[in-house]
Parts: sequence; C-alpha cells; structure tokens
Amino acid sequence: MSAYLIRRLLYAVPLLLGVNILTFLLFFVVNTPDDMARMQLGQKRVGPEAIRDWKHERGYDLPLLWNEGAEGTAQVTETIFYQKSVGLFLFRFGRSDQGRDIGADIRTRMWPSLAIATPSLVLGVAVNVSLALLVVLFRLTYLEFWGMALCVALMSVSSLFYIIGGQYLFGKLLQLVPISGYDGGRDAWRFLILPLTISVISGIGSGVRWYRTLFLDEVEKDYVRTARAKGLGELRVLFTHVLRNALIPILTGIVVLLPLLFTGSLLNESFFAIPGLGSYTIDAIQQQDFAIVRSMVYLGSTLYILGLLLTDISYTLVDPRVRLH
Amino acid sequence: MIPTLFWTDGLFFLVLAMAGALVLVMRRREHFRRPWRTVSRSTPAMVSLVVIAVYLAVGIVDSVHFFPRADAAGSAAGANEPISLLDHWLGGLRTRTEKTYSEPFAAYAYAKEHLPTADGGQRWDYPRLTYGGAHLVDPESERVRDIAVTGVRGAGQGGLMWLIAAAGIAALIARSRREPIGRVVHRVARGQTPLPWRAMLLTLLLLCVGGGAIAEWSAHYHVFGTDKVGADVLYQTIKSIRTGLLIGTLTTFVTLPLALVLGLAAGYFRGWADDLIQYLYTTLNSIPHVLLIAAAILLTQVYMAKHEEAFASLALRADLRLLFLCLILGLTNWTGLCRLLRAETLKLRELEYVQAARALGVRDHGILLRHILPNVFHIVLISVVLDFSGLVLAEAVLSYINIGVDPTTESWGNMINSARLELAREPPVWWSLAAAFVFMFTLVLAANLFADAVRDALDPRRAE
Repeated sequence: MSAYLIRRLLYAVPLLLGVNILTFLLFFVVNTPDDMARMQLGQKRVGPEAIRDWKHERGYDLPLLWNEGAEGTAQVTETIFYQKSVGLFLFRFGRSDQGRDIGADIRTRMWPSLAIATPSLVLGVAVNVSLALLVVLFRLTYLEFWGMALCVALMSVSSLFYIIGGQYLFGKLLQLVPISGYDGGRDAWRFLILPLTISVISGIGSGVRWYRTLFLDEVEKDYVRTARAKGLGELRVLFTHVLRNALIPILTGIVVLLPLLFTGSLLNESFFAIPGLGSYTIDAIQQQDFAIVRSMVYLGSTLYILGLLLTDISYTLVDPRVRLH
Repeated sequence: MIPTLFWTDGLFFLVLAMAGALVLVMRRREHFRRPWRTVSRSTPAMVSLVVIAVYLAVGIVDSVHFFPRADAAGSAAGANEPISLLDHWLGGLRTRTEKTYSEPFAAYAYAKEHLPTADGGQRWDYPRLTYGGAHLVDPESERVRDIAVTGVRGAGQGGLMWLIAAAGIAALIARSRREPIGRVVHRVARGQTPLPWRAMLLTLLLLCVGGGAIAEWSAHYHVFGTDKVGADVLYQTIKSIRTGLLIGTLTTFVTLPLALVLGLAAGYFRGWADDLIQYLYTTLNSIPHVLLIAAAILLTQVYMAKHEEAFASLALRADLRLLFLCLILGLTNWTGLCRLLRAETLKLRELEYVQAARALGVRDHGILLRHILPNVFHIVLISVVLDFSGLVLAEAVLSYINIGVDPTTESWGNMINSARLELAREPPVWWSLAAAFVFMFTLVLAANLFADAVRDALDPRRAE
C-alpha cells in the first residue's frame, strides 16, 4: 500500500511538470510578454517605454529560459521560467498583473467557495442517489418512463437558465432570499440557500440518469435475487444491498471532485456574486490577468491529480477485495 | 451576387459530406444496418431526427454566403459585408429594426417618449413602432384580431405545405413497397408502419403549422420582440442555429483524428507509446477545461490583435474565432474518447482473429485498419452523437464568460449573456431569454433523445 502510494505520488511529479510546461508555453512563448503588455495597455499609441516599464514592474523583462547576461546559477534563476513557473511548484503564486498577492487572495477566497461547493455536492449526491433508487424501485412502470423523460428534459436546459430563472423566481418575484451577494457571518445561509438549491436542481437530470444505470447494473445480480428470495422488502433490498454494492462507482465520481471543491463553481459564484475562487477566475479571465489564470490552472490541476490519488485510496476502503500494489 | 466561402462554411459542408459518405458505407454492411434499423424503429429517435433535420436545413441555408452586390471587390470594407442565403430570405427581419426594446407582437414601444400632438404641444406616451404592427390604424382595437387572422392564415399555408409533403412521402412509400397508396395512407394513419411515420409526420405538421404562422406574423410583427438596439429577436435566434450546429459538429475535426490515432496506437502498441499517450491525456485532463479554453481564446485574441491586417473584415474575424473555438473545444474533448478506444483496443488485440492475422503476417497498419478500427467504430459513433448536445450547451456558458464566440456572432450564449440583466428591468424584458430558451432547448432535447437511441442500439452491452 505505502509503496503504491509513493509510486503514485512520484507519478504526479511528471504530470505537474507537464502542466507547468504547458502553461509556460501557452502564456510566455506563444503569447509573449510584449503582447500581454500591449493588450493590457491598449492596442494603439503605446510607446516602447510604456511596454518596457509594464514588463519590468511585473518581472516579465527577463529572458525566457537562459539568461546570457548573468553569472553562475543566476543564468538559470534570473529567467521568466524560473521566477514565474518554478515558484508554482512550491505554491508561490507571486503577484497578479494588477499587483495583488495571488496567494493571499486564494487563501481568503477559498472559504466562500468551500461554503457553497461542499453542501452542493453532498446534497446533490444525496438527492440524486435517492431519486435514482426510487426510479429503479418503480422500474418497468409508467413512473419510470416519465421520470426518465423528465430527466432528459432537465438535462437539456442550459445551466444558465436554471440560475437566471431561479434568481428571477425566488429573488425577484417571491422575494424570499436576496438575489445575490455574500456575508461571512451567521447570515451566510440566506445568501447560500438559493445557489445551493439551484445547483442541486440543475444537476438532477444527468445525475439521476447516471446513478440509475449504476443501480440497474447491480439490480439483476444473484445476491439481489437471494436477498429478495429470503423475503426482504424491495425497499430494503435497494437501499441497503444494492446501494452498498454500487458505492464503488459512486465514490469514484465523488472523491475525484473533493479537492476541486476549493476552486468552487465558476457560474454559480459569478452569478450570485460570491467572493470565491470561481468568480476570482472569471474576473481574471475577463480582465485578461494572465498571472491569475496561470496560477488557477496550476492549482486546479494539482487538486485534480490529488483527487485521482484519493480515489485510488478510497477504493481500498470501500471494497476489501481491492489491493493496491 | 458573388458567392464566398467562409472557413466554417467549407468545413461544415465537409462534415456533412463525410456523414453522408458514412451513411452510404454503413448501408452496405449488415452489422451496421441492424443497429440503425433499431434506431429507425424508435419513435423518440425518429421524431428527434425530424427536428434535427429542420435545424440542419436552416444551418445549411445559413452557411451559403455571398456578397449581395456585384461590385463587392471595389466597395469599401465593411460597407458590403457578405450575407447568407438565409439573410437574403429573411431580409425583412434583418433590416426592420426598431429604436429599442419592444414586446412580442407589440405595436407600441417599451418606453415612453415625448410625442408631438396635433395642436403643436407634446405628450408623454408610448410611441408607435416603426415596423411592428405599423399596418394597423388603431392597434388597440384591431391588434388581437389581426394577430389571430394572420396566424390562422399562416398556419393554413403551413398545413397546405405539409399536406403536399405528406402526400409525396406516402407516394414514395407506396412505390417502394409496391402497395396501393390508399392502403399506405391507412396504415400510416393507424401507426402500423415499421418506421414511425405517423409520429414523424405529426411532428412535421406541428413544425409546418408553427413555422407558417410565425412566418406570416413576422411580416408585420416582431414575434419575439426586439432587443436593446431594436434588432428582431426571432432573427437572432434563427441565426444562432448555425453557430450551435457548427460548435457541435466542427469539433469532431480535432477530436476524431486525435482520439482515433492516439487511442488505437496506445492500445495496440502498448509499451512506451502507451505510456507517452496516457501521460499526454492525463496531463491535458488535469487542467480545468474552462481555464484551458480561456487561455487559448485569450491567446487567439492577442494573435488577432497583432495580425490585424490578416483579418480585414469583421465577418472574417468572427468566423475565424468561431473556428478556433471549435478547434480548442476539440483539443479539450478528445481525451475521453481516446481512453475508451485505448481500453477497447487492448481487449481486441488479444482476440483470436487478431492473433491469427498477426500469425499470418498481416502488418500492423493492416490489422489496425481492417480488424481493429471497424470493431471500435461504434464507440466513435456513440461518442460523437453523445458529445453534440454537451457542446451546444457549453457554448452558452463560454459566451457568458466572454471566452465563447465573437460578440458580433449571433449565438444563444451571446443572447443569454446580453439579456440576463434585463429581467431586473421593470417591466422585465423576458423575450430574448425565452426565444433563446425555446430554440436551444428544442435542439438539445432532440439531440439527447437521438443520442440515447443511438447508444442503446449500437452499444453491444446495452442491446437486447
């Protein structure tokens, strides 16, 4: 087990290196710092001095990979790659193009993201799994047919409409909750309940369909027939026997998402003005702040790789037959 | 009229030609005909196919571009932008713009204005629209009746067109099955044909009647109202069809070659090739897709700004951005299919017939092309059909974050994006959102239903 974990951890190193090099290529080689400067300062009437100053303030005026002018190790360290990309390995994100400290921003903004993403995930899975089990309970009836038809319909609505419609209905017409905003204190739930509801509802369509196929795979197996034969009720069979055996694929889907809870949901956060990492990313994209986008790419990838690792470990916990070598 | 071909037009027609060729090839192979026969017997699938075909027809007509005037080359840039055949046909809709918002079927504007009165003074009231309901003398009393009469007339024309089409289809069925036409009509009406013709014809009837009524209305009214700058919303949402279809189809130009070549190679050759390819797609997969797309789109913008002279016309620039978006979506989308293909190839290469082929000295590329590719092809088909609706939905989200299609391109995402704050107005401006919702939902729902049927029929684990 520990040997396996160490090997998986080591395998993460080339992956992170790959992500790092890819982002470096995208942000500094394909798109040179000169282009970024011109983009930020406006296209027309930008003198070379203004560009030089802009680059110097942000440390983009160094050579990309190899500094000819420096001495000794500075030949490697006094470069954009070393200063901007290697720091990411140690989670030193540096400063954004607007001069803010990205690391500090991330640390303050990840809490609102967690506050909204965690309950969304938990509640979403609970609702989807229960509904899917109910659909399986009523299989081969009209209820199943229309339930599945409803799921396809729900799935075909763009998530934007769920958000816009929910805000209009609950926020504006019924005036139940504030349309958007965020408060860190005890009143936070008033702001969180609407995005939470909407993210659960918008996930029902695809979620129920997915879990239903998992349960249908299990429901014809021998152990289920045995459970029925010994006289257990169908509800009991489904919610204990089938659910427990379908846990492995359910877990795979969830555990990989856990670390990504930190980065939050892009759409929800930006529509509901929640100051989390999702809206941070969207703002950065819209302001074309490459330093933040680069940091978020790296952070997201790291968390995803961590999620893959956690998935493997969780296998051994739910299924004693699985041994990791 | 000088015809012109945008990049996306050409590639779209290429996709259609390839799909057509594929249909011809599959018609001759029994192992493909059997699953498709299952699909063709499924009512939801065939009804969806009718809807998709109508969308496709609009998309095709909207992809034939030309310069409206003959002196295209000589005139100043921008003054003579190329238009599509659809623009030409909907000419009125495109040019009949009001000043600002107006409700669906409205004759009066959304906002009050100072209007001159007969005695030289001014009054504060809703002005009449320039085009919407302009033929009415007194909208208050005549409008509802006029809408009803025009609607019935349009629906009647649509119904007539449907009758002709239905008669033609019945005649074709009668000829191919060598039965008297009366019996064919009888059997279609009772739903006793192997293909669900009754459901398909009813769908077509609905589309014809609805389309006829809308066409007739739109000559005198703005059926879905107008937006902030007074442009007709119906026109925008019809134009968005092409964008949605392109995003859903052109992406395959990147996904399919990458996934096929890399997936088959990884599964078949194993060893270092497998390691390398797995490494490649795990790396790509671990980068959040939205951010990768954002980065790539930002880069394209920078590139376009730097090479302004190469993208002279606005239409060309918007078109290339759409193309880039498709390519980038393809780059982030191939990994899932590649993984499926790799796993399936790993299984297939150990089967006896492949071993036998290898023992007989068939070369690797021969085995891959003749023995493995045909046997993984159903995975490719399923994945392409399943991905389509997701891509159409993704476009809307990306446009909201401003990393989607060009702001000047009509797309459902852009419509939603520009209309999302308008619900907060008093009275709320809901019609742009409603139009985008109806048209987008119909396409995505049809695509989802069709994809489900295709998957059920083609996936051997699900069939029977």
